[in-house]
Amino acid sequence: MLLEIDLGPLLPELPEFLVGLVLFGVLWFVMARTVVPMFEKTYTARTAAIQGGIEKAESAQKEAAAALEEYKAQLATAREEAARIREEAKSQGSSIVTDMRQQAQEESARLLASAKSQIDAERTQAVQQLRTEVGGLATSLAGRIVGESLDDDARAQRTVDRFIADLEAQSTSTGKA
Amino acid sequence: MGLLSLIPLEGGGAEAELHGWPPGVDSFKAKPMWPGVLPDWFTNHILQAIIAAILIIAFWVWVTRNQKIVPGKKQAVGEMIYDLVRNSIARDIIGHDYHKYVPYLLAVFSFILVNNLFGEVFIFMFPTFSKIGFVYALALCSWLLYNLAGIKKHGFVGYLKLSTLPAGVPWPLWFLIIPLEFLSNIIVRPLTLALRLFANLFAGHLVVLVFVVGGTILLGSAEVFYKVAGGSAILFSFAIFALELLVSAIQAYIFTVLTAQYVSSAIAQEH
Repeated sequence: MLLEIDLGPLLPELPEFLVGLVLFGVLWFVMARTVVPMFEKTYTARTAAIQGGIEKAESAQKEAAAALEEYKAQLATAREEAARIREEAKSQGSSIVTDMRQQAQEESARLLASAKSQIDAERTQAVQQLRTEVGGLATSLAGRIVGESLDDDARAQRTVDRFIADLEAQSTSTGKA
Repeated sequence: MGLLSLIPLEGGGAEAELHGWPPGVDSFKAKPMWPGVLPDWFTNHILQAIIAAILIIAFWVWVTRNQKIVPGKKQAVGEMIYDLVRNSIARDIIGHDYHKYVPYLLAVFSFILVNNLFGEVFIFMFPTFSKIGFVYALALCSWLLYNLAGIKKHGFVGYLKLSTLPAGVPWPLWFLIIPLEFLSNIIVRPLTLALRLFANLFAGHLVVLVFVVGGTILLGSAEVFYKVAGGSAILFSFAIFALELLVSAIQAYIFTVLTAQYVSSAIAQEH
């Protein structure tokens, strides 16, 4: 019954059917063996590359953040240290100034004292010398006036001394008045 | 009728028969390529199918050579076509496990597309798949693919049960549903696949013949009115060619999508 129907263009020609099968089989084989694996290989490589790039960027970002943190910490310590040093210098400076002032005062006092004592000594020496010389002069003057030498006379010497002592007492009392 | 009878429609003289007028089933007769040397079954249609296969293999091998992670122009074009089949068809329809079916779908898509485009290429001017032998071969392959995929996944009985008995059908309806589902899923599917592809190309080529051959005959006739009609028919045939280009691409796409769809329903967990 079925064979009697004229299928017309729907009736396949066997060679075409078989050739179609074979050609399609070959195509399928080629696609499965080379074409699709090649594409998939490229796609896998691409995915890996993109993922690797993202990971790399992430790690770089992390590194940068860590570096920034470290830098900030360093900056903070440096600031602290600078402040500390400044403080130290300030206190040191003021102590140095105090020391120097004290030293200078001491020095000046010492100089003043030594000058005074020297002056005193020189004065005493000068007075001593003056007294001797004035005594001698007065004695020789008196001797010239009297006409004889009084040089070796111990009495004359005592007289001169007494005179000078009187003079001194007089000058001290007038100085006080 | 008065006008139509003037146009040489049937048996319109020796000149019309020389052009193969009227276009019909006989217009799809194959000619042996080299009678006597090659066997008679080696016709021009078989040769053009072979040429199509060679072109497809050459194209894909050329495209996949020296692939780079950052694609060049050639690779970008290849990836666009490949992604259409891999992502838009295989992945979106089959989903999980789609990788196994990409080579088949890619082969089907390229084979049908190139052979269909031969209908509009001036060397061949004949869509290979308007010969139903080739189409039956492809439909048989798709039928085997989705049935074997289902049997492999669910076992023979499990697959039959899955594809003939939708879940939740009360048992009295089984006697009705099971034969119907068997018919639609196992028997009709490959036939519709084949007939859809074949009929579109057959009819399309027939229309092209009507416009081109008929227009040529009319142009050759003595009457001025026929010349004008023939000229406009030939001009209009360009629009038909554009339509045929569209149909070629759509049919290749549909065949591939439906194959993927059948595979997807065959390996599905539940309906």
